[in-house]
Amino acid sequence: MQFGIFSVGDVTPDPTTGRTPTERERIKAMVAIALKAEEVGLDVFATGEHHNPPFVPSSPTTMLGYVAARTEKLILSTSTTLITTNDPVKIAEDFAMLQHLADGRVDLMMGRGNTGPVYPWFGKDIREGINLAIENYALLHRLWREDVVNWEGKFRTPLQGFTSTPRPLDGVAPFVWHGSIRSPEIAEQAAYYGDGFFHNNIFWPADHTKRMVELYRSRYAHYGHGTPEQAIVGLGGQVFMRRNSQDAVREFRPYFDVAPVYGHGPSLEEFTDQTPLTVGSPQQVIEKTLSFREYAGDYQRQLFLVDHAGLPLKTVLEQLDMLGEEVVPVLREEFAKGRPAEVPQAPTHTSLLKAKEAAV
Amino acid sequence: MKLVVVSAGLSVPSSTRLLGDRLAAAVGRDVPAEVQVVELRDLAVEIAHHLTNGFPGKRLAAAIDAVTGADGLIVVTPVFSASYSGLFKSFFDVIDKDALTGRPVLVAATGGTARHSLVLEHALRPLFAHLRAVVVPTGVYAASEDWGAEGLDGRIERAAGELAALMRGLSTARVPARGADGFEVVPFEERLAALRA
Repeated sequence: MQFGIFSVGDVTPDPTTGRTPTERERIKAMVAIALKAEEVGLDVFATGEHHNPPFVPSSPTTMLGYVAARTEKLILSTSTTLITTNDPVKIAEDFAMLQHLADGRVDLMMGRGNTGPVYPWFGKDIREGINLAIENYALLHRLWREDVVNWEGKFRTPLQGFTSTPRPLDGVAPFVWHGSIRSPEIAEQAAYYGDGFFHNNIFWPADHTKRMVELYRSRYAHYGHGTPEQAIVGLGGQVFMRRNSQDAVREFRPYFDVAPVYGHGPSLEEFTDQTPLTVGSPQQVIEKTLSFREYAGDYQRQLFLVDHAGLPLKTVLEQLDMLGEEVVPVLREEFAKGRPAEVPQAPTHTSLLKAKEAAV
Repeated sequence: MKLVVVSAGLSVPSSTRLLGDRLAAAVGRDVPAEVQVVELRDLAVEIAHHLTNGFPGKRLAAAIDAVTGADGLIVVTPVFSASYSGLFKSFFDVIDKDALTGRPVLVAATGGTARHSLVLEHALRPLFAHLRAVVVPTGVYAASEDWGAEGLDGRIERAAGELAALMRGLSTARVPARGADGFEVVPFEERLAALRA
């Protein structure tokens, strides 16, 4: 099972000091967090993609390429790549390039994005969000698998005799996850292609995540990719840890109370009760994370959000130390227990290449 | 059949709740109905949290399930600033926009004076028309003075009779069928094909 972190890339004032980091500081902090993830033995770093303030990561492959050059094992991913407003041709090119530079340590997560004004800035209509995701990905899927593509669709200028370069490393397309919080159409899309399905699992109650994952699993089997248990599932999670759980609550509360998305809303206690957010000791994080398996089944990838709401870099790096030293080793061991042999690991470039060679 | 009363009254006792109860009792005399009352006052904080978080708390989720699963609805709001109360509107704002399609609804309101009675026609009826509910022709408005005057009984009976008739006749009308998990699944090939067309 893979463990990692995903970042939104928000530039948020630290509510305890009132200081807002500069964009440069935040970008460098994201890189420092990625490097730390490898250092402490995590498997994945995923960056968000946004095109408006207060977010910095508008150019994911630039950042991931830089991280790739300074790491050796870390899988570089996204959370998410905007399949709606990006040109699928450019996604195909950018991520194939990254794949070569990173020696295959690349996958990506498709998403639609959530801020209304971004669509018109890129000449798109948010009401067509699902259709854009469907058509653009159908083209991207072909661009990585067919050397010469003739194509015509609703949303993009036609292609005649087009070859996306560089071709994917070893002729193997990067593995794709489809991320969605509430759209069954996206779970259906992931199932149709036999791709992975990722639920961010942060803002909503567990029973909602459960329904989405169950839908994906049953449709994955429907399309003949394997049993429901063999479908490739990823989950998010959000944690803040201190050795003593009361210290964690005391330190995180001022950040929680004014955090983007859920701040100024429910209390920390209500939110930890109703959603997967865990604020407490490493042991509490272990217990809560292990409980995800009860509603999502044996799954392949667990990503944690640790660096948002204005938390200082030093604090985030301490969180990563605890994740790497105390939490993830136990999770690896516990999740392996009782995991049926036929449940696959998350696909990597190596495993996909092996499967491709075996099929020839 | 399930009859649900949504009451946005704030005081205890509340004339809004009282009007809802009288309407429900009158409907119950015409059709066998299991009555459930949803008091929005008790859900006010959860409704506000739903607006900021995007998901309902447990009690609000149960109330939404009751309302969207009802065969008939009686909705009663006090008049605030020439319209339904903000709490009343917020509750219907967090319900899925298609969930009340075809649902028989009786609209009712209370106020300090009869001068606001057209709030039923100018505010409540358009809201439920937007939600594609079927609103009965008679709405019931009760001003303070109506509780001590003749006429309210007759309006309650007429409106209740209309709702009961709709519940008997239209209770089979429902939103499109969904799977056991609550999702409507369109096979992916159909979605792809629709884009090629």
